[in-house]
Amino acid sequence: MIQKKIKVIAWFAVAMLGAYALSGIALNRGESINAIWMVTSAVCIYAIAYRFYAAWIAAKVLTTNETRATPAERLDNGRDFLPTNKWVVFGHHFAAISGPGPLIGPTLAAQFGYLPGTLWILIGVVLGGAVQDMVILFFSTRRNGRSLGQMARDEIGSIGGTAALIGTFMIMIILIAVLGLVVVNAMKHSPWATSTIAATIPIAMVIGLYMRHIRPGRVLEATAIGVILLLLSVVGGGWVDHSASLRVLFDHDSLPLAYAIILYGFAAAVLPVWLLLAPRDYLSTFMKLGTIFLLAIAIVVLRPEIHMPAVTQFVDGTGPIFGGKVFPFVFITIACGAVSGFHALIASGTTPKLIANERDIRMIGYGGMLLESFVAMMAMIAATVLEPGVFFAINSPAGVIGQTAVDAITTINSWGFAVTVEQMEQLAKDMGESSLFARTGGAPSLAVGMASILANAFGKSLLALWYHFAIMFEALFILTTLDAGTRVGRFMLQDILGNFNQKLGETSYMPSVILTSALVVSGWGYFLYIGVIDPNGGVNILWPLFGIANQMLAAIALCVATSIIVKSGKARYAWVTALPLTWLVVITSTAAYEKIFSDDVRVGFFAAANHLSAQLSSGVLSAERAVIAPRLIFNQHLDAYLTMFFVFVLWVVVIDMINISRRYLQGKKVLASSETPYVKTALE
Amino acid sequence: MFKKVKYIWHIIRHLSGDDAYDRYLTHHAQFHTAMVDAPEPLSRKAFFKLWQDSKWTGVNRCC
Repeated sequence: MIQKKIKVIAWFAVAMLGAYALSGIALNRGESINAIWMVTSAVCIYAIAYRFYAAWIAAKVLTTNETRATPAERLDNGRDFLPTNKWVVFGHHFAAISGPGPLIGPTLAAQFGYLPGTLWILIGVVLGGAVQDMVILFFSTRRNGRSLGQMARDEIGSIGGTAALIGTFMIMIILIAVLGLVVVNAMKHSPWATSTIAATIPIAMVIGLYMRHIRPGRVLEATAIGVILLLLSVVGGGWVDHSASLRVLFDHDSLPLAYAIILYGFAAAVLPVWLLLAPRDYLSTFMKLGTIFLLAIAIVVLRPEIHMPAVTQFVDGTGPIFGGKVFPFVFITIACGAVSGFHALIASGTTPKLIANERDIRMIGYGGMLLESFVAMMAMIAATVLEPGVFFAINSPAGVIGQTAVDAITTINSWGFAVTVEQMEQLAKDMGESSLFARTGGAPSLAVGMASILANAFGKSLLALWYHFAIMFEALFILTTLDAGTRVGRFMLQDILGNFNQKLGETSYMPSVILTSALVVSGWGYFLYIGVIDPNGGVNILWPLFGIANQMLAAIALCVATSIIVKSGKARYAWVTALPLTWLVVITSTAAYEKIFSDDVRVGFFAAANHLSAQLSSGVLSAERAVIAPRLIFNQHLDAYLTMFFVFVLWVVVIDMINISRRYLQGKKVLASSETPYVKTALE
Repeated sequence: MFKKVKYIWHIIRHLSGDDAYDRYLTHHAQFHTAMVDAPEPLSRKAFFKLWQDSKWTGVNRCC
């Protein structure tokens, strides 16, 4: 009894602390606040949500049953179906869901100030993202680990299934393109970054050979060697940068770097997994976990001040990093970290085949997403501890703020953010770079933020090393996502082609491998190429497109979940998934509407295309710009039609889901539930 | 203390797949020795090849 009272008091204290911290960051005006408040409010909100909301969903909405045998137990084959310790499943699941997304989105969204993004990360994850991950994980576990596409087909119908499949493929293409662009912008005219990132490729291959042939299966040993080699490559990059003869080999403009990434992507998709993809994945997972942990410690120890205002003037849609008002664009820009539809693919498929008991689902599904959200919070902190002037100088494309340093500084000063040319030059020098202007994509600014936090905590003299360590760490798992995504796209295409020609559907048939890999690589390669030649930086077009596609997939996943909840006779609880679903439909539809119909040339695709056409025909463009203008115009049109297609698919699935729910509630016949029958567990 | 370190080490090995082959051998001994014509367990190298290939066939990394 007394123990129970203490628990109630303790949880009450956590709630009060969370509310206090949150009101501190939300109501603060004028003076700067400390990052520790952002960490505190996040941790308290996560704890309350996990303890009460997630537990309630598990008990009442899903009614998880710990006596029920999971597919891992029933179909145990010692490999993919395998009852596994919950911490181990948690680790696998987290490593799979958290890529570069939660680092890039918040950095870009920081142009609105720290508050809009922070609130969306916290509210979005608690009511949306973590709920989606948990319910999809649960429903897939109850269906032998079926994929989202299969579940959509079984529960809603073939249209939903096809929509999920197409959505996945399109997201993959756009995501890879934008990630490629981020890496290119980090390597542009930086011999240090380029040589370090290039070195990660042979390092991964050496580790791959080691694990496959020299000491088969000794994963930890190989990873330890790899991590040491990676750290050496960061130091080695510094030597390359200082050697006049070596640095010219790695000093390139964006376009050749983009071609290199495209070639690399093709090679990585065709080469066997063990040689490049698998070893790189081990290295990137360890690096990711280690660095995030280090950053969290540094933030807690150092308690840096946030310099970005709570809300900037750019909420009105005039932001330099990407155009568009805070509503709906902050919700599109931060997908991973708040709600990410992509996670539904991991939560259905790989992870459910490992779950030993249904009671682990809350921790793995809901808890895993909370941790990802925490990573997004740290990215937000790293972006907002920078002086706003510096932040905008790094992240704004040259097409917006001007080509020369003096122009850029004048523009940024005119917005009311103090920064000088000397300050930027000194910063670039400290970081071991020739220039930090217009390094769009979020990676360089995150690296500057991380480097200044880490250098303050662990040694100031090593600023340039920390910066390039951060770049290497980001590039490492961006390239992993690029490899893995290209490969997944290839499998999907082969699956589709297999319907027409059986031979082309075989995943080991070399001509088919080369054909489909080339198709996927040219798909994202096209968007990457356009992004590189676009003077406005490309990220401002590609990232919202990715956000819309990703939120559309989340909406499809939540449609599947809602229809399952309704069909299981729990319509009174359907709001748990219907609420985030409604919000996602509202923001994706609004964002898509604005991207298509807005008159603002920095928001609307057609407006931008018409503007450029007018410029082209009146002859005001330079000869150089006039050559690329037709390609940019074509691309703007393509992006507009792509957006229309996304919204169309989304609405088809939503209407399908509403129809099914209505039919069920009216007592009419609907597709039967595909849940597997109850079998009692024999474990424990 | 020592016990805890050992447990953490065990989890790390488990997480990274370092002990996948050992677990496979245990699984094999449990499920296949009862059969008369039980197949020989795979070699470490052959098992690792299979394990790695199956791990990378689906979507397993996202944003």
